[in-house]
Amino acid sequence: MSKLNTAIVGIGQTEFSKKSGRSELQLACECIKSALDDAALTPADVDGMVTFTLDNSEDIDLVSSLGVDNLRFSSRVPHGGGGSCGTIAHAAAAIRSGLANTVVIWRAMNERSGYRFGQAHMNNGIQGSGSNFLEWSMPFGAVTPANWSAMNLQRYMDVYGVSNEDIAHISVTMRRHAATNPAAWFYQKPITLEEHQASKWIIEPTLRLLDCCQESDGGVALVLTSEERARDLKQKPVRVAAATQALPQAVEVVTNYYHGELSQFKEAQVTGRELFRQSGMSAKDFQVAMLYDHFTPIVLMQLEAFGFCEYGEGKDFVKGGHIGLDGSIPVNPNGGLIGEAYIHGMNNIVEGVRQIRGISVNQVNCVTNVLISAGMSGAIFSVM
Amino acid sequence: MLDSEEIIRPDPIPKIDSVFFWQALEDEVLMAQQCGDCSIFLHPPRPMCPNCNSLNQQKVPLSGRGRLYSWCMPQHPKIPMFHYPLITALIDLEEGIRILSNLIECDTNQITTGMALEVCFAPTKGGKKVHQFRPLCADVG
Repeated sequence: MSKLNTAIVGIGQTEFSKKSGRSELQLACECIKSALDDAALTPADVDGMVTFTLDNSEDIDLVSSLGVDNLRFSSRVPHGGGGSCGTIAHAAAAIRSGLANTVVIWRAMNERSGYRFGQAHMNNGIQGSGSNFLEWSMPFGAVTPANWSAMNLQRYMDVYGVSNEDIAHISVTMRRHAATNPAAWFYQKPITLEEHQASKWIIEPTLRLLDCCQESDGGVALVLTSEERARDLKQKPVRVAAATQALPQAVEVVTNYYHGELSQFKEAQVTGRELFRQSGMSAKDFQVAMLYDHFTPIVLMQLEAFGFCEYGEGKDFVKGGHIGLDGSIPVNPNGGLIGEAYIHGMNNIVEGVRQIRGISVNQVNCVTNVLISAGMSGAIFSVM
Repeated sequence: MLDSEEIIRPDPIPKIDSVFFWQALEDEVLMAQQCGDCSIFLHPPRPMCPNCNSLNQQKVPLSGRGRLYSWCMPQHPKIPMFHYPLITALIDLEEGIRILSNLIECDTNQITTGMALEVCFAPTKGGKKVHQFRPLCADVG
């Protein structure tokens, strides 16, 4: 048993689209019911719920819609997609402490048809729980996630001599993985390096269109319970070997400019240290890594922060095929947020579950431990 | 900004702890917080010093000089409230704090990380001002 005594026993998702045609609350209901069906549990079994601070559906509406008897524990996790693995930490905290027995995590959004994260943010609307960042960026025209992130990513690329052509390999790999995943928006639509280089600049000279993740509609849910109870349930249980949030001094969510040298991913370093401390593992122990890929260069920064390669080696590491399905550390076999869908990181988390169960459409051989990272949060999933 | 260009830049949206910063810009003064006890500079402004937890926050004018740390050019989508090409830049100021701004009066092929910059100011649509940075002139400072 891991110290967290928590296992994932159900996963569910809606289709990933650009226009779901229904409410976010309905998407949430559908993905949660799907995850409970997968676990052979019912809404009456649920006594805990966790989602993002940014999710627009309320636990009250879900309890009433699903027919939950009584919710004993309800929690929301900050820091936008970067905090996505924090949902696992919150669920584990509730289960380990006995505050809840069966916790549902959900994230459901019409992030393409309803509102677009990728467009300009000029007021205090969608803020990614990022404190005061619009005050210090909006008057200078830095108003999109791509622009905010590119300030850091370009510093990384300057320090280590990484060109936009170098990072094309990441996008091509994600799209190759998505091409054989029927659930992916870009199913059967791989791209070439040339197509990447021909795509328009979003942020010059840092990010082209094909360096950016998708904007998607859809919902993703997981069901978690104690390891003992998990052994008696329908699915092969997936152990939560470690889970953490990471908010180091002077770090911000998107305008993350104030913590010193930006060419290293400080939050991911802290996330890695904590996950490795909890589990006793290190980079060599993982057969798959699910790395948050909202913009391609962040994959390199995570590979380096977690020790899959040395600092500055990331570009040659991906060129050498190490992150492909037959590489030394396959990254995002589902196609990631670039190729499959952008459900704020949660679709990468459920792919980690599938890899441990051994049921992914792009299954990697002999997977026993998967590292899940969203930078400011992370988790390790293991076989039980 | 070219003289012929219409002033379209949106006004800043100050918060309680940062009103002093934006008000000083209206007089073309770049300021920051300096802890009245341990003397470290803080940006963005905070009510409490993270180093010594003092609430004694002094507001002091800065030299306005610094060096380019990182830069890029947003190309898509273009925002109606700004003129393009637009360079967003992080500047490491002499006082040891980092600030986001725009780099102006500089061809992109002349930009080098670490280049010396100085503050200047641009008007906003509602009659306020924001800080900008340009290459440091040899005869200044």
